[in-house]
Amino acid sequence: MNKSREIVCIVCPNGCRMNVAYEGNNKVTLVENASCKKGEEYAVNEIQFPKRSITSTVGVINGVLPLVSVRTDKPIPKEKIAAALDEIKKIRLEAPVTFHQVIINDLLGTGAKLISTKEVAELEKL
Amino acid sequence: MIINKDLVIVGAGPAGLAAAIEAKKNGIEDILVVEREPVAGGILNQCIHDGFGIVKFNEALTGPEYARKYIDEAEKLQIDIVTNTMVQDISSNREVTTISPNGIKTYKAGAVILAMGCRERTRGAICIPGTRPAGVFTAGVAQNLVNIRNIMVGKKVVILGSGDIGLIMARRLTLEGAEVLAVVEKLPYSSGLQRNITQCLEDFNIPLLLSHTVTNIEGHERVKSVTVAKVNEKGAPIRGTSIRFDCDTLILSVGLIPENEVALNAGIILDNVTGGASVDENLQTNIPGIFACGNVLQVHDLVDYVSAEGELAAKSAVSYIRNSKPIESEVMVKAGKGIRYVLPQTISADKDITFSMRVNNPSKRKTIVFKDGEKRLKKKFFMALNPAEMVRIELKSHELKDISGLEVCIDE
Repeated sequence: MNKSREIVCIVCPNGCRMNVAYEGNNKVTLVENASCKKGEEYAVNEIQFPKRSITSTVGVINGVLPLVSVRTDKPIPKEKIAAALDEIKKIRLEAPVTFHQVIINDLLGTGAKLISTKEVAELEKL
Repeated sequence: MIINKDLVIVGAGPAGLAAAIEAKKNGIEDILVVEREPVAGGILNQCIHDGFGIVKFNEALTGPEYARKYIDEAEKLQIDIVTNTMVQDISSNREVTTISPNGIKTYKAGAVILAMGCRERTRGAICIPGTRPAGVFTAGVAQNLVNIRNIMVGKKVVILGSGDIGLIMARRLTLEGAEVLAVVEKLPYSSGLQRNITQCLEDFNIPLLLSHTVTNIEGHERVKSVTVAKVNEKGAPIRGTSIRFDCDTLILSVGLIPENEVALNAGIILDNVTGGASVDENLQTNIPGIFACGNVLQVHDLVDYVSAEGELAAKSAVSYIRNSKPIESEVMVKAGKGIRYVLPQTISADKDITFSMRVNNPSKRKTIVFKDGEKRLKKKFFMALNPAEMVRIELKSHELKDISGLEVCIDE
């Protein structure tokens, strides 16, 4: 059976409202109103295999800040987001944390790395 | 003792950093950037979500990563940024007085760039009735607590206002384990970007209640519940439509105000609509040699354009420092039908100028027109116009040649 859906693109701030037509087996037959290739790609993925990048924070011990901000280096399947956050919550890092330090090499078998997005220096010992 | 500086920049957020780097690259050596916080980067430091830099760098960076690009560059260029230091006063002859744990200092600046950013409207500003318990936060404060200080704000949350920070916080608090019961918006449309409604609310099945507002806050020590009611087209609550949400936290994302107190002391004239300074195409205020950029000039939705504005202010400041001749801007720019405001407010009409503006209401398939009296100078078609999204349109110098006035409006 042929279906269609309106998908709001999240790739860039334009937020194109795309019309996507697809078949019963999720084969996309048409993407309308996308103003770029990345948007078209996003629309197809959104039907077949929706993914999101995640950003969060990880606790830091002995740092000048109690948290370091982190993100995945590429989007992960949407259904794994909750489990991924549970993983992230378990981690405690010892300061110093460097910029773009790899915290998890392969997050839940998704192939995505978890990396820091800022640095946190060590608290100076008195 | 008065210390001489070629250029003093107030604020080391995205606007101030971009301005400092651009000025230094243009040969101004003696620059001082004054920052109130302990670190440079401004609000970007707590905006740990991604989506920054798509226009400027063609990649989706998080806030700290975007800030770092500029902080690294400023460091490489050996730009002097003093942190933990607040500007107390700016005079109309460009004397800047700062205060810090090291004492009070006064600088005499060849030019000043204002890049102080904005602050949030609070509960007091919108007069929500009810008790005054703990658990009412503005969205930016909640973001700072959760993302920087490791303090979770609550378990069951209602968010008033659907601006971008409110939407981002709805997702963030959900991911942190809180239950976000609803995002409540007084207007019949969201004031945030469409993509944020998709990825922050719809992804997590958080309801968006349009044309609703919070009419009461209940609870004594801590918020126990809030009452939400539907509003009519005038924004007044409609009797009999109340819903009570049992919650412990109310987050407010109800608007941003350019932080212009020190600008007022200098005698700078503010625009009633933007809350920022009234500027010419060089981003110069009515006080010669004082320029404004970023959220202290107009509240932006994209940091990329904040940086661009910082660079423009810096270029103008550099040419002011070298010539010290104020440029006459005689043509007034008027926001016409359907346009809430347009920047710059005055122009001299002899160069290419990028105008930024916001529309009054959401609409589809409309054309924005630039007119000099009845003469149409330029028009641009938009598939959709949205008050949440700043519109930027460039006019070439030949399109602006010999005009006597300029009005921007939506074509009917």
